[in-house]
Amino acid sequence: MQLSPTLSPRLFGHDVRCVRGGREVFAGLAFEARAGEALAVTGHNGAGKTSLLRLIAGLLLPAGGTIAIADGDSELTVPEQAHYLGHRDALKPALSVRENLTFWADFLGGGMIRPIPDCLEAVGIAHAIDLPAGYLSAGQRRRLSLARLLAVPRLLWLLDEPTAALDVAGQAMFAGLMREHLAGGGLIVAATHGPLGIDTSELRIGN
Amino acid sequence: MTALGALIRRDIRIALRIGGGALIGVLFFLTVVVLMPFAVGPDLALLTRLGPAILWLGALLASLLTLDRLFTADHEDGSLDLIIMSRTPLELACAAKALAHWLAAGLPLVIATPVLGLLLNLDATATGAVALTLLAGTPALTFIGMIGAALAVTMSRGGLLLAVLVLPLSIPVLIFGVAASQAAIVGPLPFGAPFSILCALSLVSFVIGPFAAATSLRNGLD
Repeated sequence: MQLSPTLSPRLFGHDVRCVRGGREVFAGLAFEARAGEALAVTGHNGAGKTSLLRLIAGLLLPAGGTIAIADGDSELTVPEQAHYLGHRDALKPALSVRENLTFWADFLGGGMIRPIPDCLEAVGIAHAIDLPAGYLSAGQRRRLSLARLLAVPRLLWLLDEPTAALDVAGQAMFAGLMREHLAGGGLIVAATHGPLGIDTSELRIGN
Repeated sequence: MTALGALIRRDIRIALRIGGGALIGVLFFLTVVVLMPFAVGPDLALLTRLGPAILWLGALLASLLTLDRLFTADHEDGSLDLIIMSRTPLELACAAKALAHWLAAGLPLVIATPVLGLLLNLDATATGAVALTLLAGTPALTFIGMIGAALAVTMSRGGLLLAVLVLPLSIPVLIFGVAASQAAIVGPLPFGAPFSILCALSLVSFVIGPFAAATSLRNGLD
């Protein structure tokens, strides 16, 4: 998956300040990740890992500072170039696995997508393709969410505890997918407590 | 267009599946209208006179009943985050969601109207007039109600707030909807004037609703 053959995009944050509910979570945060690099955001509970990801995803507004992608697609904002994998799965229990993934592929990708069975095969739930998502286990739901990242190519993956609920084989599978994404010139920012199984530079927030 | 089509198809599909709630509105509409003759008494002339107003009130309350899930469900499972982040403008996504909601929950009310008209001793002309005004007016109820649904999205008990916010805004639709129906049944005003205003209200709500809802969703992020 080649995202940008000529450019080498770079995600950076400068002097980022985050305030939630009148309380300052962090301030003066600076970070940078180049194409092919993964940034692991670590810190104690409540340090603001999820807040940082949501700031980058445009789902929270920073109280100060800038977050931008340099040398990327200048037509698009940072959130439009990103996939966000949060704690919530964005799956509809009434729809089947195929319907769930097809919807996100059509909605996010607008036609420019990888075949759905391929993506499900890659995350190891191809056998459940016609099962309603409501019957999936927590690990299978997470795998289905991961399939969304494969179905539509995006430069930046924002992952919040991506390996939660995944078994050992699932974590290895996911590490492989992340390596593939980085090798194709992608960027990853992941909030995590444990090792991701790939080479990362660490961004520690809080003290 | 692919994105909006996908959103509309998904929302309709979910609404029509078990537990989706598209038919709850129709059942509620049926209940309100069936109870009314018991409350009013066996005066057929009075029922005929009140018929259009009863049908309109029933449709208004029924459309309100299902509106509070318009954004809440997507907010709870995280879908709303992805919709906000996507390359599709949020205004268009809101309009698509409202359209899907109207097709799944508003249109069945219009279709049920001729059957319910029989219970209120309305003749064919009167029932036709009410159904026509509901066809023109219920989209306005959905698109205005969407603003309230977007404001109430982050609140856990937003349903009641939604009713308080939306009902005052839907008064003009109610007035002109009932006025047009009455004009068609008993006169003396022509049907065209209030019906045109009703259509105008719907058109205005198509423009204002998505923008107001998108703005309130963006500001309500947490």
